[in-house]
Amino acid sequence: MVINTGFHIFLLLMMIIGSIIAIFSKKLISSLVSLGTVGMLLSIYFLILSAPDIAITQLVVEILALIILLSAITGRDVTADMTSSKVYALFFIFIFLISIFTFVSSFYFIFPEFGNSNMRVGEKYLYLAPTKLKVANVVTAIVLDFRGYDTIGEATVIFTAIIGVMVLLRKKGKKDE
Amino acid sequence: MIVYIAIVVMFFVGIYGMIVKKNIIKMIIGVNIIGYALNLFFIVIGYRNGGIAPILVPGMTIEEFVSKAVNPLPQALVLTSIVIDLSIICFLASLSIRIYEKYGSFDLEKIRRLKG
Repeated sequence: MVINTGFHIFLLLMMIIGSIIAIFSKKLISSLVSLGTVGMLLSIYFLILSAPDIAITQLVVEILALIILLSAITGRDVTADMTSSKVYALFFIFIFLISIFTFVSSFYFIFPEFGNSNMRVGEKYLYLAPTKLKVANVVTAIVLDFRGYDTIGEATVIFTAIIGVMVLLRKKGKKDE
Repeated sequence: MIVYIAIVVMFFVGIYGMIVKKNIIKMIIGVNIIGYALNLFFIVIGYRNGGIAPILVPGMTIEEFVSKAVNPLPQALVLTSIVIDLSIICFLASLSIRIYEKYGSFDLEKIRRLKG
């Protein structure tokens, strides 16, 4: 399936517009909803870039993050006026933007052009997973077998984050001040 | 090339939200947008023109599969990164809930002023 570049540009433009609305909107609920829109568009774009596993995970994680953030602001004072940004911050952002565009133009010589991936390790995995491991889905073969230690590290990070959330949100054992 | 530039623009919208905005929820939204841009960058690096998903379907030889499928390594790394992003968002949301309970506002200026 060949998709012309106009569709890529359309999706990326919609994502940029959605994130700008999410940052600059006056109400917190509308900015959260537009953040959810950006996540859904990202899921569609992953599907177009032929990464179906990532698209499914992105969809689930997006909905969960939206629910968590909405439950963090419901019942609280969301109409508190945002103090306006300072002018020198805009100036710093302008300098950052110029520097990053120079970085991009230097990336032109390092990274491959869009659509020509550097497949040195990827070809090895693509060949070994169906022949040696007898696994049809190469991504799950990499996550669970070739790079299993990375998955253990991920489980450790999630466990630590859960412990942090439990410590922050506990009701029992807290001293009254 | 225009895809890379769009991703960099999206990254800087997130940086702007993190630095300039004074509301804690807006800062969390900025972190989230930076995570989106980075995940998209990794997937775009691994893409091939006209590539198929790295799943072997019946009736396809190994040589044809290796020569046509997209790079599976960035996809496996991003799969880890997305879930870690979710746990970071959970932690930041619980921190902001605790701050609201203590100070009664999401605004950073008021929180700073109440500090003794």
